[in-house]
Amino acid sequence: MKHANNAPRYLNLFRIHLPITAVLSIGHRIAGVVLALTVPVLIYLLDISLQSQAGYAAAAGIFDGAGARFFTALVVWAFAHHALAGVRFLLLDLYVGIAKPAARASAWAVSLGGALVFLLAAAALL
Amino acid sequence: MSRSLQGLRSWLLQRVTGVYLLVYLVYFFIHLLIGNASGYEAWRGWMAQPAVAITTVLFFTALLFHAWIGLRDVVMDYVHPFAWRLSLLALIGGGLLSMGLWVLLIMIPLHI
Repeated sequence: MKHANNAPRYLNLFRIHLPITAVLSIGHRIAGVVLALTVPVLIYLLDISLQSQAGYAAAAGIFDGAGARFFTALVVWAFAHHALAGVRFLLLDLYVGIAKPAARASAWAVSLGGALVFLLAAAALL
Repeated sequence: MSRSLQGLRSWLLQRVTGVYLLVYLVYFFIHLLIGNASGYEAWRGWMAQPAVAITTVLFFTALLFHAWIGLRDVVMDYVHPFAWRLSLLALIGGGLLSMGLWVLLIMIPLHI
């Protein structure tokens, strides 16, 4: 275990150069937590939208406020990043794009794709 | 299933539910985009169709299991004191279970 003893021990995030694949993975996790927090909101909207005409109108009007639009754009990013990164992980499980250059390229594509979807959602909503 | 295979079972369940969530959402958004009917009556009527209701309940079931596995992994990675870990997992599990019951309470009256 000579290697283990010589390995750097500090965990200062500003001194560790994270590869894009790691950034994507942490983003997938953060996006997943964000999406989990929106689940009760989704169920609430389903609930009121099916109860009455007024509830349906209230659910449809959720995008009216500026704050709600910002959070919606954030949730759209979380979904885009989480879904794209998830599909990438599924392909990696099948040994598709497993070589390092391909894996790095797909990590860039997913991260930039998620950012692009966020910008499009923000432009459409804000 | 033996204890040593429990991690593998979660790994597989996370992938199977992930694929189902994506397929359902594509189907849902295609319906929203190209469905020519809109408004409360059309929405309620669509949700009351047996195939839509069943796939929707399955969607939320898959979503809650997917969220459970993901959140459990996050808690187990970052929260080490046993009491904290147990409390958080109980809170998350109870919350997700309640949400599942809530979905059933929303969907079942559509069919009575």
